[in-house]
Amino acid sequence: MAPRTMFQKIWDEHVVHEEPGQPALLYVDLHLVHEVTSPQAFDGLKLNGRKVRRPDLTVATVDHNVPTTDRSLPIEDEVSRTQIDALTHNAKEFGVPYYDIFSGGQGIVHVIGPERGFTQPGKIVVCGDSHTSTHGALGAIGIAIGTTQVEHVLATQCIVQPKPRTMEIRVNGDLPRGVSAKDLILGIIGQIGIDGGTGYAVEYTGEAIRSLTMDGRMTVCNMSIEAGARIGMIAPDETTFAYLNGRAFVPKGDDWTKAVAYWKSLPADPGATYDKTVEIDAAKMVPFVTWGTNPGMVLPVTSRIPDPSSFPTPTEQAGARRVLEYMGLRAGQAIQDITVDKVFIGSCTNSRMEDLRAAAAVIKGKHVNPKVTALVVPGSAAIKLQAEAEGLHTVFTDAGFEWREAGCSMCLGMNPDILLPGERSASTSNRNFEGRQGKGGRTHLVGPEMAAAAAVAGHFVDIREWK
Amino acid sequence: MQPYKKVTGVVAPLDRVNVDTDQICPAVFLKRVERTGFGQFLFHSWRHLADGSLNPDFELNAPQFKDATVLVAGRNFGCGSSREHAVWALEDAGFRTVIAPSFAEIFHKNCFENGVCPVVLPEDQVDTILERASKPGYQLTVDLEACTVTDNQGLNVKFVTHQDLATHEFRRYTLLNGLDEIGLTLRQEAAITAYEERRARDFAYLARH
Ligand code: SF4
Repeated sequence: MAPRTMFQKIWDEHVVHEEPGQPALLYVDLHLVHEVTSPQAFDGLKLNGRKVRRPDLTVATVDHNVPTTDRSLPIEDEVSRTQIDALTHNAKEFGVPYYDIFSGGQGIVHVIGPERGFTQPGKIVVCGDSHTSTHGALGAIGIAIGTTQVEHVLATQCIVQPKPRTMEIRVNGDLPRGVSAKDLILGIIGQIGIDGGTGYAVEYTGEAIRSLTMDGRMTVCNMSIEAGARIGMIAPDETTFAYLNGRAFVPKGDDWTKAVAYWKSLPADPGATYDKTVEIDAAKMVPFVTWGTNPGMVLPVTSRIPDPSSFPTPTEQAGARRVLEYMGLRAGQAIQDITVDKVFIGSCTNSRMEDLRAAAAVIKGKHVNPKVTALVVPGSAAIKLQAEAEGLHTVFTDAGFEWREAGCSMCLGMNPDILLPGERSASTSNRNFEGRQGKGGRTHLVGPEMAAAAAVAGHFVDIREWK
Repeated sequence: MQPYKKVTGVVAPLDRVNVDTDQICPAVFLKRVERTGFGQFLFHSWRHLADGSLNPDFELNAPQFKDATVLVAGRNFGCGSSREHAVWALEDAGFRTVIAPSFAEIFHKNCFENGVCPVVLPEDQVDTILERASKPGYQLTVDLEACTVTDNQGLNVKFVTHQDLATHEFRRYTLLNGLDEIGLTLRQEAAITAYEERRARDFAYLARH
């Protein structure tokens, strides 16, 4: 057999049916469901008298809408409550395992999948959420789907999928000190563009990727979609196995040994080729800050806001002017002179233990700038517990951060955690689109250390010089 | 799903690149549990000023585009969130056709699920349409059977619904016939069951926990 990439191996293993000139029918091993993209899908099932084919391969939780404040209080926003109640009801009616708002297993879908061991190497994982690429960090194929496809998977446990091309993003060398996994992926998006990965399944390789922890790998794969790639993956290795060993839903004993043997067969064969290869020099990576209204508008923290007239075409110049006006920035302004009103540490990009530890280390013994409101929103209820066991919550609260319950929160502002018009945030989330965190809100994407430092300083700082 | 065959309509130009789904349908409006009624939220933040009144500077607010059914925009249309609500908003507001040089993948797939035809044309042809559409009364015809876009000013070009030709052909077929993909997949019931049996046998160690 010709040498195959990891993507190809997992793909081949999941083809249920295939006809020339048509998309393949692939089997789905894990379907994650949340409250925002599922109600219409369950309705579709009901309308057609269909069941969930494999409730045992389906997991539901609430994350997008949930308040991150005291959960013993009723949810004030009636529409949010309706949506959460709809999932509670649907999970029960269709027999789908469900981590409700009070459950210790609740959290952001992309955080709880790996955390509970549902996500495993070699699986095809789907979810009605664009950041499903996160699960690729464990050597799985994570594919984001829309609501009609959610219904399709619930009914058939399959997806109809044209085969993407493959792209290798090889990150050579080591990341410099003070440069996080978030900076790396922001740097990659800045380089290949926000549609540079469209149509591709990306595999990240190279020394810098191999030396990332699992939390860092999830940060990288998570933002693949911000480069247009629906799929981003990293080959499983000892780091992956050490992460998974002992988690609630992974095989145990003899089964574990067999599983690891299988997982070790997944990485690309020597000589396997990709449709495209992009090389990145890790040594050239620096702490990045986004300045505009998409994740590709990214600059080193030491640079200045670009001049719209420096853009190549009139359409792009007009676009850049609109961006600066929306962001309330002027050409030539130093990034480190930009002051922030709010700081958000959280989201499926940066809300895991390592992110919280890194942010806590930066602020320990310091205090949030009096002009800044800062909040930390752990990615899952389990992470919240673990962080509290390590005493991180007191580091945050002593410094003046709010310590919240798990959920998506200010990543998309469907709950009360939003930016007001004109407010500016440093955020560890993944999207700085206009109005995403609240109409008129201005978001700068950064890594967790940079966000923490901005909360203390009141403006962006070069984290490499932080004392 | 309603089939898409041949559509003639007024064209609304949105000369912006990378229009993301947060603009097409903002997150605050995703809380409805129905599929309908999202048209009122289409481009909501761009369409309105801070005080809630209509923004006179937003291109699509011009009265000449009130009855538009074709949207033409710059490359990478529909990037960002997977929310199908973005397509529901377009469709509910009367847009059954979106023309652009390229589309983000999830949005693109969501179009087909809802009888909306994504028309991929080269950048220069999109520019021509953008320019013509800025004058009042401009209409064009999209014929999915023949895969042509035509107008009465001499435009007559071929298009695809996806750069990958196999995908283009398959999606065109389902869209032309208004086929429901679940129905198609359920025809493979025997293959699905056989796959499940094989997987349960070969990978039993992954299933016990
Ligand atoms: S944290 Fe943000 S990006 Fe991640 S799933 Fe929630 S809303 Fe989506």
